[in-house]
Amino acid sequence: MSSRNGHLVVVVGCGRLGALLASRLSLRGMEVVVIDHHEGAFEDLSPDFSGFRVAGDATELAVPRKARVGDASAVIVTTRDDNTNMMVAQVAKQVLGVRQAVARVFDPAREAIYHGLDIETVCPTTLAADVALERLSVSLAATREETR
Amino acid sequence: MSLRILIVAEERSAYFLTRRLVAAGHEVVVIHETETVCRSLARRLKATIIHGEATDPRVLEDAGAGSADAVMALTPVDARNLAICQQARLRFQVPRALAVANDPDNEEVFRKLGAEIAFSPTRVLATLVEQRASFADITNLIPVADGRVHLTEVKLSPAAPVIGRQLKDAGLPTGAVVAYLLRDDQPLVPHGKTELLAGDRLMLVTLPGNHAPALEALTARTPGG
Repeated sequence: MSSRNGHLVVVVGCGRLGALLASRLSLRGMEVVVIDHHEGAFEDLSPDFSGFRVAGDATELAVPRKARVGDASAVIVTTRDDNTNMMVAQVAKQVLGVRQAVARVFDPAREAIYHGLDIETVCPTTLAADVALERLSVSLAATREETR
Repeated sequence: MSLRILIVAEERSAYFLTRRLVAAGHEVVVIHETETVCRSLARRLKATIIHGEATDPRVLEDAGAGSADAVMALTPVDARNLAICQQARLRFQVPRALAVANDPDNEEVFRKLGAEIAFSPTRVLATLVEQRASFADITNLIPVADGRVHLTEVKLSPAAPVIGRQLKDAGLPTGAVVAYLLRDDQPLVPHGKTELLAGDRLMLVTLPGNHAPALEALTARTPGG
């Protein structure tokens, strides 16, 4: 398989987030490989998804190798388990040499040590809190305006 | 020297390991995520038992990771073992971290990513089995003369310590004799200057007293050990 526009992205975890990301990346014309240890998870991919599916445990080195993580320009790790996400992202970066590794981390307390490790993290908890606070402050400001 | 050691493992391994380390005079803290297991361990061990998820830095802090000399992550989940070691090393500066790599491929990965010592029980077992199996290169052990003399055929593996040496320099004990050898299926009566090659089959004559040292000289292995 050759890249359609030179960009191969590997998405690890085909849950709601993983399936959405993989489907969108594929729609944008990127070559996508998605890994999940449950074959049934691939059913959540959009019908237009034209990438590859690899069934297997991504913490087993042989699995990301098979998914050509070493050739990818980015790996996004989205499973439900913080430990798995951190491990897979680090292996992709430090062992398999991917250019960019992004991991979903739920617990903000665990995020800190990984910043020194050349891994990018996305914390849904912090993001949701930030957005909620922003909305709240907007509506609070509006209420204040009204009551003035 | 008494060490302060943090252990994260399944109940049985945690129990036996802690019992042994405590008996050796070390101070042990066990972290386990199931409350009933914690109670059971607390009843049976002279150790501090902490209930919680060991990859959570707050739990590690409660367990006194800041003053620990070593952390041992022995759970069946590789990603968890790595996370425990990394949190301990990077956040709490624990000087020694040991992780089990359930997937043997992860041994290398773990060492690279900050578990100071990583080992795979699968690999250890496989090596043991291979070592056993390769004893098959010592065969046809026949005691003759009422067991006072042994005839043994030894096949030299490429890793044998005597490869490339002359027979007289092979380090055979006095009284141990190579009666003949088979090289490429051709029998050959060796002399002191015969060079030993990988794949040679030596017919070794030994006495009970020099049998084991003779085998060891040829194969670097202790028979039965």
